[in-house]
Amino acid sequence: MRTARSRGARLGVLATIAVMALSACGGGSIESETKANEEKAASGGGECGDLNMAVNPWVGYEASAYVVGTVAQEQLGCTVNYKELKEDVSWQGFGTGDVDVVIEDWGHPDLEKKFFADSGDGTAEDFGPQGNVGIIGWYVPPWLAQEHPDILDYKNLNKYAQDFATSESGGKGQFLGADPSYVQFDEAIVNNLDLDFQVVFSGSEAASIEAFRKAEDNKEFLIGYFYAPQYFMAEVPLEKVALPPYTDGCQDDPQDVACDYPETELKKIVGTDWAASDSTAVSLVKNFTWTNEDQDVVAAYIASDKMSPEDAAAKWIADNQDKVDAWLS
Amino acid sequence: MSQVGPGLRATAYVETEKLNNPKDRRPVEPGAAPPVVEDSGISRWVPALAIVVLWVVAWVLTKGTHTLDLPSLSRTDLHDRLTEIQNGLLESRSTNPFMQFTNAIADVFRSTVDWFQRLLSKPAFPRPVPQIGWLGVTAIATYVGLVVAGWRIALLVVASFLSFGVLGYWDPSMDTLIVVLISVLLAIIIGMPLAVWIGTSARANAVVTVFLDLMQTMPTFVYLLPIVLFFGIGTSAAVVATLIYSLPPIIRIAGFGIREVPTTTIEATDSSGQTYWQRLFKVQLPMARKTIIVGLNQTTLAALSMATLASFVDGPGLGKPVLQGLRVNDVGTAFVPGVLIVVMAVMLDRTTTAASERSERIARGGGHANPLQRRIVVLGGAVVALVAVYLSRTYVSLAEFPTYGIGRSISTAVSDFVSWITTNFGGVTGGLKDGVTDWLLNPVQSVLAESPWYVSFLGIAALALVFGGMRALAVCVVCLLGIRYLDLWHDAMITLNMTLVATVLVMALALVFGVWMARDRRVDLGIRPLLDAGQTIPPFVYLIPVLALFGPSRFTAIVAGIVYAAPAAIKLVADGVKGVSPTTIEAGRSTGQTTWQEITKVQLPMAKGSLVLATNQGLLYVLSMTVIGGLVGAGALGFDVVYGFSRSEAWGKGAAAGLTIVLLGVMLDRITRAAADVRRDDGPGTRRAFNVRLPIGPPGT
Repeated sequence: MRTARSRGARLGVLATIAVMALSACGGGSIESETKANEEKAASGGGECGDLNMAVNPWVGYEASAYVVGTVAQEQLGCTVNYKELKEDVSWQGFGTGDVDVVIEDWGHPDLEKKFFADSGDGTAEDFGPQGNVGIIGWYVPPWLAQEHPDILDYKNLNKYAQDFATSESGGKGQFLGADPSYVQFDEAIVNNLDLDFQVVFSGSEAASIEAFRKAEDNKEFLIGYFYAPQYFMAEVPLEKVALPPYTDGCQDDPQDVACDYPETELKKIVGTDWAASDSTAVSLVKNFTWTNEDQDVVAAYIASDKMSPEDAAAKWIADNQDKVDAWLS
Repeated sequence: MSQVGPGLRATAYVETEKLNNPKDRRPVEPGAAPPVVEDSGISRWVPALAIVVLWVVAWVLTKGTHTLDLPSLSRTDLHDRLTEIQNGLLESRSTNPFMQFTNAIADVFRSTVDWFQRLLSKPAFPRPVPQIGWLGVTAIATYVGLVVAGWRIALLVVASFLSFGVLGYWDPSMDTLIVVLISVLLAIIIGMPLAVWIGTSARANAVVTVFLDLMQTMPTFVYLLPIVLFFGIGTSAAVVATLIYSLPPIIRIAGFGIREVPTTTIEATDSSGQTYWQRLFKVQLPMARKTIIVGLNQTTLAALSMATLASFVDGPGLGKPVLQGLRVNDVGTAFVPGVLIVVMAVMLDRTTTAASERSERIARGGGHANPLQRRIVVLGGAVVALVAVYLSRTYVSLAEFPTYGIGRSISTAVSDFVSWITTNFGGVTGGLKDGVTDWLLNPVQSVLAESPWYVSFLGIAALALVFGGMRALAVCVVCLLGIRYLDLWHDAMITLNMTLVATVLVMALALVFGVWMARDRRVDLGIRPLLDAGQTIPPFVYLIPVLALFGPSRFTAIVAGIVYAAPAAIKLVADGVKGVSPTTIEAGRSTGQTTWQEITKVQLPMAKGSLVLATNQGLLYVLSMTVIGGLVGAGALGFDVVYGFSRSEAWGKGAAAGLTIVLLGVMLDRITRAAADVRRDDGPGTRRAFNVRLPIGPPGT
């Protein structure tokens, strides 16, 4: 026992000496970097200050958030704090100053009622479209569209209902509902179009994606709620099923919906106090706009190439400085 | 949420202790009649069967009526009223004095965490790195491990800390440790007075237990939004959420320890005229010390299990990369940080356990053989640690952990392995899923959920009466009325069904592996680390592979529940079977019984207490995974909670679902516990009399 302990102590000393020797010739000194930082801070602070960017939990959002955040940080000198939050929590954060920007909003009537000036406490405001267009609808895996092209029309769905049946759908065809974060009328649509389907909710985006991935790999029947832009579309390009086209007002009464989802202009939502501040990032966020294709590129860097969101954003910015310059002007 | 965890182990611990050291051990007077051995419980299955038959008949006649089915995205007036409570709080947030107060507290939490982060995990401006670099932190942690627990633990600590850095998650690991340590400190400060209170007053115990049950079974998703309202986003919310979940174990277990201090000891010391405080600090707390440390251990593990959930409100730490893995549907990305949470859990668990054993040894007078040598180690270690801290403050390479590619390679390898499994075994797993769904899940669900609600109500209540007696019946009726009131009856029955089916499968696994482990030490040694991992790895890590195998379905949720619940049940069964007296087994062997007879006729019947306890814990663990089930397509209450967390207009429905889960948990817990109490009168034979524990003496004796 005793020898073991003293041997251990001796080993410790040896290791310390070795580390000292190594570090003496290898690592740089922290002191010099500290001095440099101090000088930099003294020479001039940015006019941007802090930018609290909400990061809602999907890859496309992450792409938008980190591109704007990286531009703000690198080119305007902001201190960007990324806050990983779901939509509702993000909106709550406007009033407390925890959140300044939600960069990709798919439409939240209830939150707008609570936080916009005309009906709520006025802590949030709409900052205009950010360029992406959300295409929500009913999708099937590509193999299915190829083998049974007529399935892409809702009128033919009943013909295949039995093929869509699963252990969860109680004898009917299964329609895979999505993450409950999204506005969904599928139960009403199924009813009102007399489709022999049962809506089964996947409960999360991860579950929906995994289900479509599995269906494509194993050539299984699957139909469900999905949307673009979404990085997964690059891996498995799902095909959209045609529903009766959207007309104004056809989704006003949730019980009576019998039409497709409208194309959604994705918006920027910002905190009112922040928008009124003199931060230079305000005009950056105001001017920011890009396309579904742009977002897909960055999202693919993150999801397929496993780059960190920071690296993915930096790479896209380097390749598209002209677009970035337009936001900064 | 949901993925709760070691919090439940607190109850298990208390129950195991009661099982091992029954308090009301009847004094055996010479010449007294042998204890009456009640019938072993087999007969109770007869009325139970009759009830089930009646229920099925009623179901056949009435099925599909009055099932109170509520479509997944619909809400009732009650749910909207609950939502209004949350909305009211939101509207009043700038004027409500209580919220101003909690926000002031939140600021303290935030700046405390921030201070620690600058110390350990993020650049302390103007320095480019934290105040103490990785070498210094590792050295200090190792030194602490060495001093409180010894060389082996010190080695474990070094290995753990190096793994945080080598795998590329040094900063998040430090963040998780910071949140855990702050929460545990708060839990001790708040929990110990409460523990003393419930340890010394039976009435307080009854009241506090209700709140502890609520805190342990209420899904986190339900209270995350209110927490954000009261304490803001980020580190403060993370600390509060972690605190709520990690507080119950220390109160429960420490309270139990204090309560179990023998009355004779207290009376003996009271007779010398001691004050209340003297009794508390000189007798009760010292005598309960070992149990209190177990409570501390469980509180620490509970805190760690909140790491991922706290990241849903931007809590810092290892939860963030786990959720990132979920976002990009990549199991490999989530796997490495998930495993580091396991590493951290094992490190904290073994360290606190070893520390308690060591302090026990010293308290009993078996201190250090060589005090001088101990002093040298303590002083020398301190010097080495300080030198390491100095170095890590001076050189960049000792402050910032060097980057290795190994974490990345492990991620990729895991992803590849999982996709190989899913491509090759997809067919088999599909068959398994359909089999269990068609033959077990659907039939039971039809009877439970498709009967009129009052039929199911009566059926469940009658079964509670048969298995648990009048007390269980009373609790059960109250819970069922509550569930009925909350307007989610149909979903509650579906969730109850999934919980029951999963528990049956859990117990099947527990019997097989528990007995195997108890009979073969090597199997035990081999399996235990896997069980530890199953209990501590965040479920979000294995959601993706389970989904890839089974698709979104109730069965997927059941699999996730089994992964989480089976380890606890297996351990309890293994320990129970191991505790069966060797002499009894020898006696059986001498009469030439086969191994099968030995297991079924001796070991399992004699470990019955443990089996009931394992069932109890299995049910609660599975139930705690309900919300995870909601994320993988199981619908029912889990989906309602997720829905309420995701959309502000449905918060009330989520809250109602959360309360329903609590009521289901209390109901299942009280019924099985009542059943266990009835069984515990089976006679002295079933007790684990030979699992002798060393008596705990007061310090200095």
